[in-house]
Amino acid sequence: MTADLGNIALWIALVVAVYGAVAAIVGHRQGRPALLDSAYNGVLVHCALVTMALLSLEYALITSDFSIQYVVFNSSRNYPVWYKIAGLWGALEGSLLLWAWMQAVLAALVVLLYWRKHLAFLPYVIAVLMGISAFFVLVMLIPANPFTQHFPVPLEGRGLNPLLEDTSMLVHPLLLYSGYVGFTVPYAFAMAALITGRLSAEWLYITRRWAVTAWMFLTAGIIYGGWWSYHVLGWGGYWAWDPVENASFMPWLAGTAYIHSVMTQEKRGMLKVWNLALISLTFALVIFGTFLTRSGILTSVHAFTQGAVGYFFLALLAVILLSTVTLLTLRADQLKTEGTVDSVLSRESAFLFNNLLLITFCFTLFLGTIFPLLAEAVRGVKVSVGAPYFNYVAGPIALGLLFLMGVGPVIPWRGGSWGGLGRNLLGPGVVGLAAGATAFVLGIRGPSVVATYAVAVFVAAIAVQEYYRGIRARRKTAGEGPLRALGQLFARNRRRYGGLVVHLGVALLAIGIASSSTFQVQREQMLKKGEALEAGSYRVRFDGITGSRGPTHVKVQGIFTVFNDRHEAGQMTPALRFYPRQQEPIAEVDYWIGFWEDLYVILGSFDREGNWAVIKVMVNPMVSWIWMGGAIMVLGTLLALWPARFRSAAVRGERS
Amino acid sequence: MNGKLRRRPVERSERTRVRGSRGTPLVVFVLAIVVALPLSASSVEQQVQQITSELRCPVCQGLSVADSPSQMANQMRDLIRERLSAGESPEAVKAYFVERYGEWILLAPKREGFNLLVWVLPFLGLGAGAMALVIVVRRWKRQPTADASLTIDPAHLDRVRRELAEDQR
Amino acid sequence: MTLTWKKLLVPLSVLPVLFLLAYGFRTDPRQVPSPLIEKEAPPFALTLFDGEHLSLEKLRGKVVVVNFWASWCVPACYEEAPVLEAAWRAYRDSDVVIVGVNVQDTEEAAREFMRRFEFSFPNGPDPRGKISIDYGVYGIPETFILDKEGRIAYKHIGAVTAETLSEHINRLLGEAPRMEDRRKGHERKT
Repeated sequence: MTADLGNIALWIALVVAVYGAVAAIVGHRQGRPALLDSAYNGVLVHCALVTMALLSLEYALITSDFSIQYVVFNSSRNYPVWYKIAGLWGALEGSLLLWAWMQAVLAALVVLLYWRKHLAFLPYVIAVLMGISAFFVLVMLIPANPFTQHFPVPLEGRGLNPLLEDTSMLVHPLLLYSGYVGFTVPYAFAMAALITGRLSAEWLYITRRWAVTAWMFLTAGIIYGGWWSYHVLGWGGYWAWDPVENASFMPWLAGTAYIHSVMTQEKRGMLKVWNLALISLTFALVIFGTFLTRSGILTSVHAFTQGAVGYFFLALLAVILLSTVTLLTLRADQLKTEGTVDSVLSRESAFLFNNLLLITFCFTLFLGTIFPLLAEAVRGVKVSVGAPYFNYVAGPIALGLLFLMGVGPVIPWRGGSWGGLGRNLLGPGVVGLAAGATAFVLGIRGPSVVATYAVAVFVAAIAVQEYYRGIRARRKTAGEGPLRALGQLFARNRRRYGGLVVHLGVALLAIGIASSSTFQVQREQMLKKGEALEAGSYRVRFDGITGSRGPTHVKVQGIFTVFNDRHEAGQMTPALRFYPRQQEPIAEVDYWIGFWEDLYVILGSFDREGNWAVIKVMVNPMVSWIWMGGAIMVLGTLLALWPARFRSAAVRGERS
Repeated sequence: MNGKLRRRPVERSERTRVRGSRGTPLVVFVLAIVVALPLSASSVEQQVQQITSELRCPVCQGLSVADSPSQMANQMRDLIRERLSAGESPEAVKAYFVERYGEWILLAPKREGFNLLVWVLPFLGLGAGAMALVIVVRRWKRQPTADASLTIDPAHLDRVRRELAEDQR
Repeated sequence: MTLTWKKLLVPLSVLPVLFLLAYGFRTDPRQVPSPLIEKEAPPFALTLFDGEHLSLEKLRGKVVVVNFWASWCVPACYEEAPVLEAAWRAYRDSDVVIVGVNVQDTEEAAREFMRRFEFSFPNGPDPRGKISIDYGVYGIPETFILDKEGRIAYKHIGAVTAETLSEHINRLLGEAPRMEDRRKGHERKT
């Protein structure tokens, strides 16, 4: 019953989406406003129908309706309601439904916001969005139906993959998908601009907020994913350069290049083709990532099971790439750059180099991710491309990016003099070098980590200097107090000052990554009862084990007393969860998070009588800086996004 | 020199010291070990860390042997420690794993032959891109200041510039 | 904005990437070919669960099936266990030995597994994983079939079927021409 409802809703949604796409274009071309309105209504109906399908599956999950196969495989009667809800995005079919729903909501939002606006663009935007929506619904109806019935109806479901049984499951996928889906709006407007030939910065202005918001969600999603990996996967790290992690990072890099490079077009009317190419690349990479995750062509901890879905996504990727590149090629003549700069040392060129590094970074990830396929196709040999490769190649590129991030914001548009740049960089440069020298004096010798510290501090110092100068200028000219001046600074140029906050966050993140990957202390040892292991300033004593039964698993906890500098600091209870159907137990790590370092304890193997246990203890320095950095990045983006109250009409008129 | 004791150098040195008090040659031998052990132990540990971070954990998905909490990775770490302690070079240890598992076990492809592509292309791309950008920026600069916006009233433009500057600062 | 042939080349440049991705469908990332095929099998000695000792070297001249299994490997090991036992009963009198190597398991669970499937072929634990690493085992179960000269002729990943077993055993017992063996050996590598 529920399944039928869902299936019917999806079939109608497919028809409505196709109708909406066609009616929008026909209505626009033939100048039939009624048909156009009907297309817009179609978008809303589509959204309602997909919502109905989504609610059907959620209803089935919450009520443990095991006549639906998806519920059997991804839920359990014993689950608390939140896990039942999260089961929706626990596997392939449901995650597609969530995606399709977000896509539908977004399209509806676009229609509602712009109903009588942007008349030249909107029909094509709707056509593109509905095309994408139709695709997702089609995939659900043919190769990956979430409403497939299961017979006979079992009494109990199999539950989620144990690694997904975590509260992060309620957050991370939603953030990530919001990011992915969000980029479809700027992409759709870019396509509309290419199709209609309205290639001025108009489409950029309309979609700027969409792109930045999507970027923010993607950033939050990726960093939250790192946190999830850190506290659940139990290996003491947060990023493994796994193909699926790379798949989320690639669109982030392209999107980051895009949100920077658009400023060049907005301010100077330059880089038009490049911006269109970048947003298309970002969207293509989103689909590429989806393809990677769902086609089964690569193995990954995060991958969904494979199936015919891969062919569909490859086809979509082909359509997107071929159509976009063709359109770009056709319009290339009309997109010739008309701008000039006064000096090679200009903000424009800084953005170009920022883009170059980001795209090279992105290309490196792409190459490394698909190289195993290439090697197999060419040499017939399976090879792996993993962390050591990416660290080696991406390290220097990331450092270069970090440096440009500092320099970029103080180079003026059109170009400045070397002397002016020198004045801007002198203070922060000295501070950065001092930080590097301090690290060296403190005994830190790794060249890459010292360089990262120096450059990150330099970036932070630039941000602080710009705030200071801004506040000082306002105090002088407007006679405001420091706090009010800071507020006014944001009010008058949110993008710049919000952006500087984001840069500050990246600097913290860089310091956290460099420190935690260089100075991690790791000890692994078999301890008899009463014995202790030392790691850093900590002593961890094994006191025995206890067992308990969870809803889906048996949990064995090790009891450890921790001393910090000889003082008893508390008890830690890392555990192993044993699932009946799982080969290896899942480690449940115990950790103390601190500003300077985290203590991270993993239970390895143990003796049933509790006489001995093998534990791994890690002291991970400054990992929390990564989470703080991520939070600051999101905060900065929010500041930049906050609607501005007032802009000079003369300026706005001039720019468009 | 067996791997199990090596994992717990403290215990070993204590035990050997007790035994060593029984005879002079043994004392010398033990002293040598006590002095050498922390050094060699740490360097073997470092080598183990280095090698295991370059090997793929066969039963995991993309994690290195160093990072993996799985039993297989534990066993591989022990084996590597044992082989290194027996005097094998890190290269030989890696070669052993490649011989048994194929190149697949290496997390970074060997820098030879076709694999060079994956190592070189990013940097080639970066170099080529940088050159292209330098050309682009120079062309921007060389062009006469025929900016479309300059055809408008200079006074108006001045005002816009001023406001823009204020806006950006 | 006309589409000239020259311009058409630009969009066509994405095709190689698409073809490469499509090629991905033809390969299974979970099937990693073993470099040990056609090479001499790494020697090992096993202390069996019944206390006996077994040394691979002493089995030279026989076709040897080495199976790596674990009691926690659900469902593949449970699927192939009866197949292995049946093959052992069918071939034990014709120069074929089946050896079970139990990996990453507890003795208790392993013995329970063997009781359940009434294993009568030699089985022993690999407590430190040395044998499985020597054979390049990356997933359980895996089955190696050694020819009479002690070379690894075939490796099977996942649950082995009766057909696969008998096909390779018969072949190695000398009931098929050698040339065909070679070809098959190569096919697997590609």
